[in-house]
Amino acid sequence: MIEIDRVTKVFGSAADAFRALDTVSVTIRQNEFFTLLGPSGCGKTTLLRVIAGFVDPTEGSVTLEGQDLLRLAPYERPVNTVFQSYALFPHMTVAQNIGFGLEMQGKPGEEVRRTVGEMLDLVRMSELADRRTSEISGGQQQRVALARALAPRPRVLLLDEPLSALDFKLRKDMQLELKRLQSETGITFVFVTHDQEEALTMSDRIAVMNAGAIRQIGSPRDIYDHPAERFVADFIGDTNFLEAELLTVEGERAEVRLASGREIAARAAEGGAGQGPVTVAVRPEHADLAPEGEGLLPGRLGDVVYFGTDTHFHVDLDAGGRFVVRRQNQPDQAEARGRGDRVSVRFGPGVGQVLRD
Amino acid sequence: MTDIASTRPTSMRDLAAARKREERRTRAFLLAPAMAILIFAASGPLLIVLVYSFLTPGDYGGVVWEFSLKAWFNVFAERDFFTEEIELADAHLSIMWRSIKLSLMTTVICLIIGFPTAYFIATRPRGTRDFWMLLVIIPFWTNLLIRTFAIMELIRNEGTFNSFLVGIGVIDTPIQMMFTEFAVLVGMAYVYLPLMILPIYASMERFDFSLVEAGYDLYATRFQVLRRIILPLVKPGVVAGSILVFVPCLGAYVTPRVLGGGKNMMLGNFIELQFGQGRNWPLGAALALTLLVIVMVALIFYVRAVGREEVRGHG
Repeated sequence: MIEIDRVTKVFGSAADAFRALDTVSVTIRQNEFFTLLGPSGCGKTTLLRVIAGFVDPTEGSVTLEGQDLLRLAPYERPVNTVFQSYALFPHMTVAQNIGFGLEMQGKPGEEVRRTVGEMLDLVRMSELADRRTSEISGGQQQRVALARALAPRPRVLLLDEPLSALDFKLRKDMQLELKRLQSETGITFVFVTHDQEEALTMSDRIAVMNAGAIRQIGSPRDIYDHPAERFVADFIGDTNFLEAELLTVEGERAEVRLASGREIAARAAEGGAGQGPVTVAVRPEHADLAPEGEGLLPGRLGDVVYFGTDTHFHVDLDAGGRFVVRRQNQPDQAEARGRGDRVSVRFGPGVGQVLRD
Repeated sequence: MTDIASTRPTSMRDLAAARKREERRTRAFLLAPAMAILIFAASGPLLIVLVYSFLTPGDYGGVVWEFSLKAWFNVFAERDFFTEEIELADAHLSIMWRSIKLSLMTTVICLIIGFPTAYFIATRPRGTRDFWMLLVIIPFWTNLLIRTFAIMELIRNEGTFNSFLVGIGVIDTPIQMMFTEFAVLVGMAYVYLPLMILPIYASMERFDFSLVEAGYDLYATRFQVLRRIILPLVKPGVVAGSILVFVPCLGAYVTPRVLGGGKNMMLGNFIELQFGQGRNWPLGAALALTLLVIVMVALIFYVRAVGREEVRGHG
C-alpha cells in the first residue's frame, strides 16, 4: 500500500555528493509492522523522512494507496512520525501535545477532547494529562510522543528509533507496548532501528539496508535463517562463513563441497552465481559438535566460553578458519570436552545458506 | 575522655556555622561591585536629578537651593505669559508623544526585520553562524555618530539614494528625507537593530528545530508552526529585544539630533536643551524623570500584556 519505487536521494552536489538512497524499491503492506534495519548511515532514516515529507527524493516515486505522496507537503500527508528525540512541545501539557494534530486538522473541540482522552487511556497516561512534558520521565515522554502521533489516526505511523533513548528494561516493555498498539489500532507501522534484536522481535517484515540500498526483505525468520548475502548474515546475529564450492543449484536447493571435501545439501539465495567458489553461512546454534571422524569439518577445540544460557565452542578447523558452535546449557551438565581435543563440526542438510556474494 | 563526646557535636555545629559565615562573606564580596555601581553610579545621580527637579533654576544654568514645584508644573502645563491662564504644555506633550510613537515604530520595524534575520542565522550550519553574527555586530564597532552620519549621507538630498534615483530618471527632484520623522525612524532602526537580533538569536539558537518538523508532521501549516510553536518558545528573546530597542529609543539623542533636526525633537534632545541653552536645570531634571516614568509604565504594560497572552495561550 506504500509503494516506494526506485527512490534515490543525493545530498550535496558534484564532488562531495553523497548517495543516501540508491534506487530503493519496496512495497509496505497494509497493517504491517515493517522495519527498516541497518547500521547508522545506511539510509534508513532518510527513507523514513522521504515518506514523512521532510526529504525530497532526487528521483523515484512514493505513493500511498495510489496517491502520489511526493506532491503533498508534510502537513498534508496522512502520515505521522514518532521522532527519535520525541520532539514534544515543551510549552504545552501532555494533553495539549496529544491534541495538537487534531486541532491543526480543524477538528471540533469536543472531538479533540474525546480523542485525547482515548489516546491518554491507550498509552496509560491519563493521570499525567496536565503535566508539562518536562515534568515526566523519558518512558512517559515516549508514550506521549506515540499518542500524539496516533491521535490524528494516520494511515501510516513512522517511528524513528523511538526506543534508543530508553534503558534496557523500559525498552523491553515498550517493544511489547508498540506491538500491542499496532494490533489495537490497525495502523501500518514503519519502524527504523539499528538494533537487530528489536527488529527480529517486533516486525512482521524487515528490510535490511546498507549503503543506501535494501539488501534483503523478509520475515524475521527468513532474514535470520536464510540471509541472502554476507552483509545481512554478518549484521544480524552471529555467523560462521565457510569457503565452499557450489556443485549444482536448482531453485533454492544447492549442493556444495566444503573445504574438507565433504559434500552436503544447502540452501541457495535468489540470484546467486551458478557454479564455482561460494561462501556458505551457518548459524552457531544450527551446528553441533561430533566425535572426530563423524562430522563434516574436523578440527581442534580452542576456547570454550560459558555464557549462562549457552556455551560457545571455538573450533579451529583443519581446513583453516575458525567455527563457533553454540550449544544451549542444561542444568548441572559437566562439559567433557576441553581445549585441544580433536572434534568435528556437523550440521544437517539444508542448514548452510549459500550467499549471493 | 567524656569531653570528646560532648565537645564533638559542638565543634561540628561551630564548623557549620563558620562555613555559613564564610559563605555569607563570599556572597557579600561577590555582590560588592554590583552594589557599588547600583548605589553610586545609578541611584546616586538619580537622587540628584530628583532633588534638582524640585529646585529653582539659576540665571546662568545650575540651580538655586530654593524649593519649587514650578519645574514639574511646567512639564505638563504652562501659564500664558500675558493672560496668566493655565494651559497644557502642547509643545512638551507633542515631543513626548513623538518620542513614544517613534520608539514604538522603531521597535516594530526592528522586530519585523530582526526576527527573520535571527531565524535565518539560527538555521545556518553551526560553523557559519558566527560569521553571520559578526556581520550583525560589526556596526557596533563604529561610533554611533559616524554611523548616523553614514545614514545621513545615504538619504540627504544630494546623497546616494537620491542621486541614484535622479540619475536613472525615476524622479526629477530629490525626495526630502532628511529632517523628517522618517529619517529618525530609519536611523534608529538601523542603530538599534542588533539589539533586537541578538536576544532573539540567543533564544532561537537554543530552539529545537525538530519541533518545527513535528509541527509540520502534525498538520500545522507554516504560519501555524510560527504562531503556535516557534513564537511561544522564542518569546523571551522577542520580549528582551523589544525592551532593549524601545527603552534606548525613548531617550535617543544623537540620531534625532542629526537626522531629525530641530523640528523633530525627541525627549532626549529636549532634555539636553534644558541643561544647555534653556538654562532650566530643574525642568530638565523633571523631564528626565518623566521619561523614566514613561519607560517604567510602558514596560509594566508590555510585560503584563505578554504574560496575559501566555495564560490564555496555555489555559
